Amino acid sequence: MRLYLVGLIFCVITILTFIIGLQKDPKKIPSNLINTSVPDFKLDHIGNGIENFNRTDLLEIDDVKIVNVFASWCPPCKIEHSQISKLSEKHFIFGINQKDKKNDLLNWLNKLGNPYQAIGSDTKGRASINWGVYGIPETFILDKHSKIRYKHVGPIMQRDLEEIKSIIRVLENED
Amino acid sequence: MKINQILILFLFFNFTNVMSIEPDEILEDVQLEQRAREISSVLRCMVCQNENIDNSNAGIAKDLRILIREELIAGKTNSQIINFVHNKYGDYVLFKPPLKFYTFFLWISPFVIFFFLFLLFFRKKKID
Repeated sequence: MRLYLVGLIFCVITILTFIIGLQKDPKKIPSNLINTSVPDFKLDHIGNGIENFNRTDLLEIDDVKIVNVFASWCPPCKIEHSQISKLSEKHFIFGINQKDKKNDLLNWLNKLGNPYQAIGSDTKGRASINWGVYGIPETFILDKHSKIRYKHVGPIMQRDLEEIKSIIRVLENED
Repeated sequence: MKINQILILFLFFNFTNVMSIEPDEILEDVQLEQRAREISSVLRCMVCQNENIDNSNAGIAKDLRILIREELIAGKTNSQIINFVHNKYGDYVLFKPPLKFYTFFLWISPFVIFFFLFLLFFRKKKID
């Protein structure tokens, strides 16, 4: 009888796993880099007065930072642009521009505005791999010590803004 | 079976093992290319999740294929490259999840299921 009880418990665990597991969005894969320091990466200069950045630039800033991977060819990036702009009013936002043409990017920024502190170009997608990016847009939130603490996959919508702000608030209050 | 029945049967076979690897990516060194294929076959494309990165058209799959070849040329071993990608993307990128605390249930559950099925079938006979 005891064995059957074990079997029953096993069944319940399995069913619960399915109920929880199947409700998750399989397109959203959690980052493996959470709680690790900023990865090594190299970005190319865009020019036209746009500042580039690298790992040390992020390490030097003693505040919460946002790193956003985007491109002008990516429609969801356009959707999240106004949310990124809102966040840029109070926070440092760095842009990793993935596989973009320089002129397309400049036009895009001219039309929509440039919320970024600095933008580096990831022409071959290698920096994106170092950040564990698999589809853009993706947004990372870094704490004061430049550890990756949160990753948002897909566009940041109006409805996501509150959650992101509250995460930033928590990180800002840390030592 | 008539010949046309056999032909219809063929329609049900899916020839999904189509390579997406592009000619300019292929290395001239046959051995290195062979190793690149071995590495690719165990890495899942994060966008098209039932394809490995050799079969996927997604941008990230192409980038990873190129990365694998660059690292091979740089003299890295297969496991070093797989570990690098695993480190960046997590267990999800591997078709065969490693055995650890979180995956213990996943690995052990088939055996548990068989164990109980075995009990269910053979215990009853004894009672009869």
